[in-house]
Amino acid sequence: MSAPSEPAAGKAVGARPPLRVLNPLRETGRLFALGWTVVRLTFRRPFQVREFVEQFWFIASVTILPAMLVTIPFGAVIALQVGSLIQQFGAQSFTGGASVLVLVQQASPLIVSLLISGVAGSAICADLGARTIREELEAMEVMGVSPVQRLVVPRVLAVMSVGLLLNGLVSVVGTLGGYFFAVIVQHGTPGAYLASFSALAQLSDLLIGELKAVLFGFIAGVVAAHRGLNPKGGPKGVGDAVNQSVVFTFLILFFVNMVLTALYLQLVPAKGL
Amino acid sequence: MGIDVVVEGLTKAFGRQTIWQDVTLTLPAGEISVMLGPSGTGKTVFLKAIVGLLRPDRGRVLVDGVDMANSREKDIYEARKLFGLLFQDGALFGSMSLFDNIAFPLREHTRKKESEIRRIVMERMEVVGLAGAERKLPGEISGGMRKRAGLARALVLDPQIILCDEPDSGLDPVRTSYLSQLLIDINTQLDATMLIVTHNIDIATTVPDNMGMLFCRELVAFGPREVLLTSEEPVVEQFLNGRRAGPIGMSEEKDRATIAEEASHGLVVGPPTRRTLAPQLKPTPGLPARRAVQRRRARVRELLDELPPAARAAVEADLRDTAEAYTANGADTLVRTRPLHTYEGGGPA
Ligand SMILES: Nc1ncnc2c1ncn2[C@@H]1O[C@H](COP(=O)(O)OP(=O)(O)OP(=O)(O)O)[C@@H](O)[C@H]1O
Ligand SMILES: [Mg+2]
Repeated sequence: MSAPSEPAAGKAVGARPPLRVLNPLRETGRLFALGWTVVRLTFRRPFQVREFVEQFWFIASVTILPAMLVTIPFGAVIALQVGSLIQQFGAQSFTGGASVLVLVQQASPLIVSLLISGVAGSAICADLGARTIREELEAMEVMGVSPVQRLVVPRVLAVMSVGLLLNGLVSVVGTLGGYFFAVIVQHGTPGAYLASFSALAQLSDLLIGELKAVLFGFIAGVVAAHRGLNPKGGPKGVGDAVNQSVVFTFLILFFVNMVLTALYLQLVPAKGL
Repeated sequence: MGIDVVVEGLTKAFGRQTIWQDVTLTLPAGEISVMLGPSGTGKTVFLKAIVGLLRPDRGRVLVDGVDMANSREKDIYEARKLFGLLFQDGALFGSMSLFDNIAFPLREHTRKKESEIRRIVMERMEVVGLAGAERKLPGEISGGMRKRAGLARALVLDPQIILCDEPDSGLDPVRTSYLSQLLIDINTQLDATMLIVTHNIDIATTVPDNMGMLFCRELVAFGPREVLLTSEEPVVEQFLNGRRAGPIGMSEEKDRATIAEEASHGLVVGPPTRRTLAPQLKPTPGLPARRAVQRRRARVRELLDELPPAARAAVEADLRDTAEAYTANGADTLVRTRPLHTYEGGGPA
């Protein structure tokens, strides 16, 4: 129980109050600091294997099915769209390659970031937020155990690994789906599909996708953890934090995706025909 | 042996709200201190500042050479291993069973075998009267049980400094009496420095060696128990007697209008009530004498001249009593105590 009214504000103490305008900057600084701490503590023994496995399993189990369910229609839509567009140029034989390029390079990181920020990030943020307001994390700190090392690091690594996995999964499922729609639904020739596939796609497309997925996992994990560790006020604060975490992660991931794609297209020459 | 906790000029504000300022006190090594204060005066904040969970705006907290307020993160983490903190709400890990909760510090900081951990945890659960509940989750037990589980977890590593935030809240009167005895017995066995925040007058009058009180953003008093228990300071006196007449109101400090209105109802501050000084609890028979008692006597004797007359008389009476008790007992029972698991009258059966 606390007193029904707050004690009146006392004399101002020492330093002047922090400038409110700088709050976003301060938050960003804290976010980066947390990111750096996570990197540092990743290499500090003992590594929390159990927590990592549990989290990996949990995140994988809640993201795999939605990922496939999103990918198949997505692959279909791309195949159909690209197919009908390309038909007008009279270049049907390239449907396969084109749709795979779009899928592996663009759609797959997009789907991964969607699931990672929406599903994994919100779960992590809610979990950590609830623990924070129940003072569990403070209790841990008092017992000389770093909550970042103990809880955040395994979670961030788990999201990164799941990101990697999801990206592979989405690429494969998407390619198969594209094949199904291009060849079976639109009556393309399997040979042409495969030929254009190997003509346009290159290994580095997949690699950049995986790199993106890992990076997205890291960003989503750190942002979710940061929001979860600093909820404002009680249970309502946790709800808000989850909300913010998802939106922030989404925005950041889309931005990073754009930058990485631009860099990739500049640095790695597209495969000629 | 316990460690001194030296608090110097500590000030904490949240935004523009100053919680308390210039708090200076020393928790003497191995002694039990109680911190009183109306709800919302920042007692919990004070405990958190001592362990370095909250950074104060000014001042320092010295524990074993480490400044818990300003040192490097690494040193603070290291120093925290000396502490056991019981949170006001227990702060148990919601996803772990009571057993795992209490075993957590052992698993993190010791290399004990699982069988050894099991033995220690079961013993501690027995001591706090939770035997049989080890498989339950924190969500499945009562508030009082959570509190006792939190206490067991805070004590499992035999800390040298024990901070308890309202250990009695949520406990029934019988459990509270057992708890008072338990706190004394723990102090006897570990010789740990203890700080207890409580609203319970029974605990406040029978357990501590020293008492302090926070009120209106200040530490209004801190000293040997006799000083506060015989104090005629209106705030302290009102609080210990739990009266409405006096400077403390529903919202911490009464304003003049409230005082006037209460006076019209006949609620005025009379002459201070004489309290008989309740004797401090003794360790359960079978345990050795508390080593803190000897040290405190030496310390208080030094202070004697500075004490107000009433407190001084009380201290002198106490010094005479304990001196007799000690010569009767033989002061050399002050040898190494048995480990904590030999509790006898500890928990309710
Ligand atoms: N994290 C925080 N942010 C802002 N204000 C806080 C925070 N924690 C505590 N306060 C304020 O500090 C004051 C003291 O709180 P505290 O919990 O220490 O009281 P208390 O003395 O422990 O009361 P009680 O006896 O009811 O437990 C309250 O006015 C509270 O609003
Ligand atoms: Mg409190």
